[in-house]
Amino acid sequence: MAEQASIAEATMTGDGVRRRDFINIAAVSFAGVGGLAAIYPLISQMAPSADVLAESSTEIDISAISPGQAIKAVWRKQPVFIRNLTPVEIAAAEKVDVASLRDPQTLEQRTTAGKTNWLITMGVCTHLGCVPLGAGEGEVKGEFGGYFCPCHGSVYDTAARIRKGPAPKNLEVPPHEFSSDTVVKIG
Amino acid sequence: MSFPWANEYKPSHPLMKWVDERLPLPRFVYSAVGAGYPVPRNLNYMWNFGVLAGFALVLQIVTGVVLAMHYAANSGVAFDSVEHIMRDVNWGWMLRYAHANGASMFFIVVYTHIFRGFFYSSYKAPREMIWLLGVVIFLLMMATAFMGYVLPWGQMSFWGAKVITGLFSAIPLVGTPLQQWLLGGFAPDNAALNRFFSLHFLLPFVILGVIILHVWALHIPGSSNPTGVEVKQESDTVPFHPYYTAKDGFGLGVFLIVYCGLVFFAPNLLGHPDNYIPANPLSTPAHIVPEWYFWPFYAILRAFTSDFLFIPAKLMGVLAMFSAILVWFFLPWLDTSPVRSGHYRPLFRKFFYLLVVDVLVLGYCGGAPAAEPYVMISQIASMYYFLHFLVILPVVSSIETPQPLPFSITEAVLGKDEHATLSPATPAVA
Repeated sequence: MAEQASIAEATMTGDGVRRRDFINIAAVSFAGVGGLAAIYPLISQMAPSADVLAESSTEIDISAISPGQAIKAVWRKQPVFIRNLTPVEIAAAEKVDVASLRDPQTLEQRTTAGKTNWLITMGVCTHLGCVPLGAGEGEVKGEFGGYFCPCHGSVYDTAARIRKGPAPKNLEVPPHEFSSDTVVKIG
Repeated sequence: MSFPWANEYKPSHPLMKWVDERLPLPRFVYSAVGAGYPVPRNLNYMWNFGVLAGFALVLQIVTGVVLAMHYAANSGVAFDSVEHIMRDVNWGWMLRYAHANGASMFFIVVYTHIFRGFFYSSYKAPREMIWLLGVVIFLLMMATAFMGYVLPWGQMSFWGAKVITGLFSAIPLVGTPLQQWLLGGFAPDNAALNRFFSLHFLLPFVILGVIILHVWALHIPGSSNPTGVEVKQESDTVPFHPYYTAKDGFGLGVFLIVYCGLVFFAPNLLGHPDNYIPANPLSTPAHIVPEWYFWPFYAILRAFTSDFLFIPAKLMGVLAMFSAILVWFFLPWLDTSPVRSGHYRPLFRKFFYLLVVDVLVLGYCGGAPAAEPYVMISQIASMYYFLHFLVILPVVSSIETPQPLPFSITEAVLGKDEHATLSPATPAVA
């Protein structure tokens, strides 16, 4: 007994911490950090892969879209609405008091300067991701003349701004630039 | 783990003695679901649904594993591989219909099991852990069923995946990155389909694991019963086998009749025709709804149409939908009445039936288009749903005068304790 006590005494430093305590904490910490490091790839593998991210820009010819018409293009496997607004639709969008909107934005902020007639938005309702109606020939445009989402009844105006229903945001404007007067590059 | 009068496993065959000494598995089964497990003698048919749920899970695992032998989880061929199962694989049509309708039957059974718990307050002490594990099982079931419905890669599959993962995008700041991480892309595609298949295969076995914990926790206090009075004496119980194996066997027969009726005579009754159209990311079906078993929760999701204080309508809907189930976790502490059974709680009983009606109304609205009057009805019904759990239950518990309870289960069944005869499986004490 006396011998054991003296061994314990000998391995103890001044503040009562034994060598073994240090080894214990060091070993568990090392294993813990190693374990966490091993989890990282397991979580990261679920993120969009390189080939999915690579499909991130697309060029579209818009020469055939006359005023009042719209087309559905595909970007990142999601629909994009490209709409050639009529002067009446532009006027309707500009007439709205921006401060009264749920997601206040003007038509100018949502379009390229000098090309305010080209409204380019994602065709993805900001509520739960359905494709709103209004871009196709003969589809319902909703009471504000823009888009109408049939899933949960969100209504967008001629600047694709949310006006009514559960969606929190305006239809998203994807990053885009006009390569020429007839070609737009999205992404 | 059991009552002191439980029968002991006594193997007579030398082989069984040999096994018992080395691996007492038959002994375990005997004491868990055999003649060695005493169960209250007064259980009614509402107590069949636990066993039926277990049967439905096994049915889903067996048919599911077989379907996985023929299904291809690739967005290019998934839809065709399901049609291949339907048209070319021997008995493939039957296996797929058995699996799809098996899911519906699983939910019918589990909903009955849950509402049995509501009526008889099966969640009360000392059975809180059984209840909590049960809610976990239900959440896992919902996740599994959702991912399974995505696999055929039809229109409803695709748009269901889009809408349900879209729920996560409502979370502030991390929402959209989280949604993209869950999908492995910007919209449901091959990456999402593959992982859903992997998880759809895995989760049933996780459910099985939690069911083992659920049954383990159940075997500590033993089953509750329709009077809610705890077992006091041997005459209050009968051995599980043969009494409840027989009773559950009868229930299983009824279950199978209904199930076979669905599979063979109305296999698509509970499905949506739109899911026989291949997934099209550019066109949303006019009326997207989840499978019927999610309708009550879907109605709650859609009930929030305008912003509430600083919280956007979309986030409110998502929070409310998840809270509708999470509130069940608090049930053992919201219902403070010392009396368990609804039979002896006249006021509680009325509100219980009102809740049943409320959930049915929510279910109907969840399946209906997002238009008036359904939106307003879901708003009222959602409000009542939360009112029931958060206000009515605690208030009723404190103001209600319950009816007198019987002294014992035996008295409730036979009028007097002395009339009891012990089951022939046990030697009479007197």
